[in-house]
Amino acid sequence: MIEIKNIEKSFGSNTVLKDISCVFEKGKTNLLIGASGSGKTTITKCIVGLHEVDKGAVLFSGENFSEMNQKQRKEIRKQIGFMFQGSALFDSMSVEENVKFPMVMFSKKTSKEMLDRVNYCLERVGMPNTNKLFPSELSGGMKKRVGIARAIAMNPKYLFCDEPNSGLDPQTSILIDDLINSITVEFDMTTIVVTHDMNSVLEIGDKVFFLYKGEKYWEGDRHDILKTENEELKNFIFASKFIQKLLNN
Amino acid sequence: MLLGKVFSKPEKGSIYWNLIIEEIYALGIGSLGITAIISLFMGAVITIQTAANIEGSWVPAYTVGYTTREAVIKEFSPTIIALILAGKVGSNIASKIGSMRVTEQIDALVIMGVNAPGYLIFPKIVAAVFINPFLVVISMFLGVGAGYLVSIYSGLLDPSEYIYGITYDFIPFSVTYALIKTVFFAFAITSIPAYHGYYTSGGALEVGKSSTEAVVYSSIVVLLINYILTQLLLI
Repeated sequence: MIEIKNIEKSFGSNTVLKDISCVFEKGKTNLLIGASGSGKTTITKCIVGLHEVDKGAVLFSGENFSEMNQKQRKEIRKQIGFMFQGSALFDSMSVEENVKFPMVMFSKKTSKEMLDRVNYCLERVGMPNTNKLFPSELSGGMKKRVGIARAIAMNPKYLFCDEPNSGLDPQTSILIDDLINSITVEFDMTTIVVTHDMNSVLEIGDKVFFLYKGEKYWEGDRHDILKTENEELKNFIFASKFIQKLLNN
Repeated sequence: MLLGKVFSKPEKGSIYWNLIIEEIYALGIGSLGITAIISLFMGAVITIQTAANIEGSWVPAYTVGYTTREAVIKEFSPTIIALILAGKVGSNIASKIGSMRVTEQIDALVIMGVNAPGYLIFPKIVAAVFINPFLVVISMFLGVGAGYLVSIYSGLLDPSEYIYGITYDFIPFSVTYALIKTVFFAFAITSIPAYHGYYTSGGALEVGKSSTEAVVYSSIVVLLINYILTQLLLI
């Protein structure tokens, strides 16, 4: 479980996060939704320590990450898998080397064990036999999948996915969503997904947090969200004319 | 602060060792061609210019060899090669690390628990500090050797006078002085671009800016170090 308590973050005079508290539950896919610039990515970067919070606390399974020294943070980070919006695969490494990288750095596995784990992770994300390809040879969807394979390579307790569907076609988006949801359940991880994709919200949102202008405006699950009376959330959900038409019909 | 992280204890020594070997190849062996070309022409031109200047005067002919040796060993090989490498290696380091920064690859390293400055920068600094003195020694031989070829083929001076000149009043400390400078230059032309690359923010345009700034600053620092060390070591 990850908990954030009253966190605040500003960049200069621009306050990006205002007194936000959330509990991200274990074994569930927790979604952070909101319009661009609402602070979704900043929250995840504050949680993993890429940004320091100005106020408040971030707790990983009850341990206060904000008060940890670098060594303690390093230990927590080894339990984190992070899939970036742009995948952030290492250009100079092949798919196999990318997925193997965290194991090479931190595990005591033999080469054979590492290769087995790489192959398992790649199969799990539907990318078998792509070991020797380089990121420049992959499509956007394939990169996202390799990003997930790398994120789960070390059996993380916490998985973060930043805009996993951005730039993908609807079918691939559904595949990625299903993949994130199924590995969350399978490995009993605490998963936080940053998205503004309503399909994802309705498909995999075990817990949904809606951010608006740096504040948490609403929280609930995918079943509650369509019944919301929150004006800002309604504007966000029904911004698409397509969804409006579907609901009207 | 960045340097503190660069030189902190590595996560896995064997990984860093492999990276250092890769960087020695990329930064050192990869720069051998340009070093050789510059050194050959540099030595040849110094010889021709010196020979042309003293022609018909009372200055002895062996001065050509002597001047070429002193100029190449003390100044041209260490400093000019460092400036050339500041351009070649410096822009490479700044753009590579800068690209990793803007595509979140450095963030990925940090989140994994990797000491990103150590992983990305330490092997480059160590590799350059190790391999650049070899490049400079090669450059010295090629520069002085090119002068000898000029003396044979140009007819400007007697090759035996040139040989006498390059051995005349040779002080081995000149080479030590050049190599000390090279180690400092190597540190500057890797650490400064690495700093600029590491703190790049934005996109492709900013990566280009970082790369340019890295080359400009490291070149200025090379010249500054050159002045300071010359004052300290030769006076």
